Amino acid sequence: MASIAARARPAVISTDLSVERKLAGINIFIAFAALAVGGLMGVLQILRYNGLDLYTPSKPLLPGGYYQGLTIHGVLNVLVFTTFYIIGFLTYIFTKSLNRPMASSRLAWATLWVMVTGLVLAAIPLLTNNATVMFTFYPPLKADTLFYLGLTLVVAGTWLLLVNMILTRNAWLADNPGQRTPLPAFMAIVTMLMWTISTIGVASEMIFLVIPWSLGLVGGTDPVLARTLFWFTGHPIVYFWLLPVYISWYTLVPEQAGGKLFSDPMARVSFILFLILSLPIGMHHQVTDPGISEMWKLVHAIFTFGVFFPSLLTFFNVVASLEYAGRRNGGEGWLAWIFNLPWGKPEISAQIAAMMLFAFGGISGLVNASYNVNLVVHNTSWISGHFHLTVGTAVALSFMGITYWLVPHLTGRKLWSRGLAVAQPWLWFVGMGLFSHFMHELGLRGMPRRTDIGGAPYLQDEWRFFLFFAMIGGLIMFVSAIFYYLNMIMTLTRGEKLAEVPDFTFAKALSGPEDAPKILDRLTVWVVVAAIILIINYVPTILDLLSTATFDVPGRRVW
Amino acid sequence: MKDKKFISYLFEVAWILPSVAIPVSMLVAILITAFAVGVRVPTTAGRVSVSAVAAGADSTFSQTGLREIAPGRYEAIITAQTFMFTPSKIEIPAGSKVTFILTSKDVIHGFRIEGAPINVMVIPGQVSRVTATFDKPGEYLFVCHEYCGAGHHVMHGTIIVN
Repeated sequence: MASIAARARPAVISTDLSVERKLAGINIFIAFAALAVGGLMGVLQILRYNGLDLYTPSKPLLPGGYYQGLTIHGVLNVLVFTTFYIIGFLTYIFTKSLNRPMASSRLAWATLWVMVTGLVLAAIPLLTNNATVMFTFYPPLKADTLFYLGLTLVVAGTWLLLVNMILTRNAWLADNPGQRTPLPAFMAIVTMLMWTISTIGVASEMIFLVIPWSLGLVGGTDPVLARTLFWFTGHPIVYFWLLPVYISWYTLVPEQAGGKLFSDPMARVSFILFLILSLPIGMHHQVTDPGISEMWKLVHAIFTFGVFFPSLLTFFNVVASLEYAGRRNGGEGWLAWIFNLPWGKPEISAQIAAMMLFAFGGISGLVNASYNVNLVVHNTSWISGHFHLTVGTAVALSFMGITYWLVPHLTGRKLWSRGLAVAQPWLWFVGMGLFSHFMHELGLRGMPRRTDIGGAPYLQDEWRFFLFFAMIGGLIMFVSAIFYYLNMIMTLTRGEKLAEVPDFTFAKALSGPEDAPKILDRLTVWVVVAAIILIINYVPTILDLLSTATFDVPGRRVW
Repeated sequence: MKDKKFISYLFEVAWILPSVAIPVSMLVAILITAFAVGVRVPTTAGRVSVSAVAAGADSTFSQTGLREIAPGRYEAIITAQTFMFTPSKIEIPAGSKVTFILTSKDVIHGFRIEGAPINVMVIPGQVSRVTATFDKPGEYLFVCHEYCGAGHHVMHGTIIVN
C-alpha cells in the first residue's frame, strides 16, 4: 500500500527496488551456472596432471580436450562468473544504499540483455572448440569472430551500469543537497569508474585490432601491441573483482559480525587510491616481453607496490572492525576476541576464511610484481597458485558467502542447510590452501602454467609428489563446491518460504563520513588525477609500439 | 578518553609505518639486484619480419644454432614454432656466457630455462635477447611456457653444460 501511495505523489521518491532485486538474482544465477561448468573443467585438469585422463571419454562434448577445457575454465570463471556476479551485486547494493531505484529501469534491463547476448555469442565458438585461445586470447591465436564480438558486448554491457549509476547518483545528490554519498554507493560507483576507464585497453584491442583482423578486413596484427592493450585492462580487472568483495567486507561484514565499521574516511581514502593506482600497472604482466622498455616495466612495478598501501589500509580497517565486533560480543585479550565472532553464520565464516587465504595471495602477488623476481615465476604454475588465492578464494569464496544471506533475502526462502553452509567455506579453505601451496611449489621447480603436464615428455619426477597433493586439494574443493551447489539448488527449489523477507542493513561506522574530507566525494577530480597518471604511464609505450608496428603477423588456428 | 585516542593513534602509526616501509624496502632490494648485481629483465631488442623469418630469408634467423663470438662467449640463435625450438639441443662448456637471440615463426611462445635466470616471451615480429652464464655442468631443461596450440606441452629442449 505504501508504495502505491508513493507512486501517486511524484514528489516522493520511489523506494521500490523490485527491478534491482530481479536483476541481482538473474545475474548471480548466471554467474554461478558459469562457475559450475568452469569449475568442473578444473577437476578434469588436476586429474589429468596425475595421469587420470577424462578427456578421452568426454571427447564428444569437449573435442578440444585439455586446452579447450582450460579455455572454458578461464573464460567462465574469471570473465563470466565474476562480471555477471559483480554487475548484479553492485546494481542492488548501490540502489539499496541510496534507497532509491536506478534512474532508468530500461537501461538496467538493457545492461543485462547486452551482456547475455554477448555471453551467448562467445559461448558458441567456445563450446564448439572454435575459440581455444585461453581467456587472454593473445593474437596471433585466432578464434572465431563471434568469440571476440561476444566478449566485447559483455564489457559494453557493464558500461551501461556506470551510466545508470551516474544518473542515479546525480538525482540523489539533487534531492539530498550537501549530503555525503553513503559509503556502499560511493564504493560501487568508484569500482565501476575504475573498471570503465580500464576497459579502454581491451575495447581498443577488440575494436581496432582483433575484430577487423578476425573478419579478414586486415591481413595481420601486432601481437605486442595487442598484449599491451590487453593488460591495460587485464590488471585493473583484478581490482574490478576485488573491490565488490571489499564493499562486502567494509559495509556488510562488520554488521553481520555484530559490530561497526572502524573508519568510513579511511575506507573512502582507500577506494580513491584504488581508483588511481589500479590503472597504471598492467605492464607488470609483461616483464618478460620483448618490445617494451625496461624502464616502463620498472615504473609499473613501482606503481604496483603503491597499490599495496590501500590494500593494507583495507586490511587494517576490516580487521579493526572485526575486533570491535568480537569485543562487543564479549571477547577479550589480544587475539581471543576472534573466538567471539559469530562463526556459526556461513556468511561470516566464508568471508573470514577468504580473507585469511587472501593474505597469502597478496604476498605472492607482490612477488609477481617485483620486476626481476618475476623472472623466477613468470608463466609457471606459481602464477596459477597465486590467482587461485585471489580470484579463486578472496573473490569466489566471498561471493559464495554473500549468497548465504543474499539468496534468502532475494527469494524469501530459508537456507536449506545451515550445517552444509558452515562446513563448505572451511573445505574450500583447506582444499584451496593445499592446491595453491603445491602449485606455488611446482612453479618454483619450473612447471609451466597452462600446459597439459600429464602429456608432457619433460614431466619431472620431483613434480609428481607435489602434483598429487595439488590433486587432493582440488578434490576437496570439488566436495566443497558440491556442498555449495546442493545447498543452493535445494534452497531455490525446496527452501521453506519465510513469512517475512529478511532485510539487511549496512554497517554503521565508528568514525563516520562527517570525518572525511569533502573532496573525497568529488569523483570528477579523482578521475582526472587517475587519467593523468594513466596517460603518463602508458602513452609513451603505446606510441612507440604504434610507430614501429608493421601489422603483418597473420592469424593462426593451432588447435 | 584522551589516553584512549592517543593509544589508537599509536596503533594507526604502528600500522602505517610498516605499510610504507615494506614496499619501500622491497623496492630498494629490487633496484640493488637490478642495477648493482645486474639481474635485468628483457627489454626492446628490435623488430623482425615474421614472413622473412618463416621463409628463411632473415639474415639473423636463417642460420639458427650456436656460434662462438669470443673465447667462452656464445650466441645462440633460436627460432620457435609450433611445437618445437630450433635448435632444441645446445652444448656448451662450463663457464660459458651465452646470449640467446630468439623469435617466433608463428604464434607467441615462451622460453624459460630451469636453473638459469632466463625467462622471456618469444613473439612473432619481435626479437628477444637475453644473456646468462652457465657455471655448473649438467643438463638444463628449457620449455615453452606460453600456450601455443594443441601440442604446446611437447615443446621443450635442453642445454648441456660440460
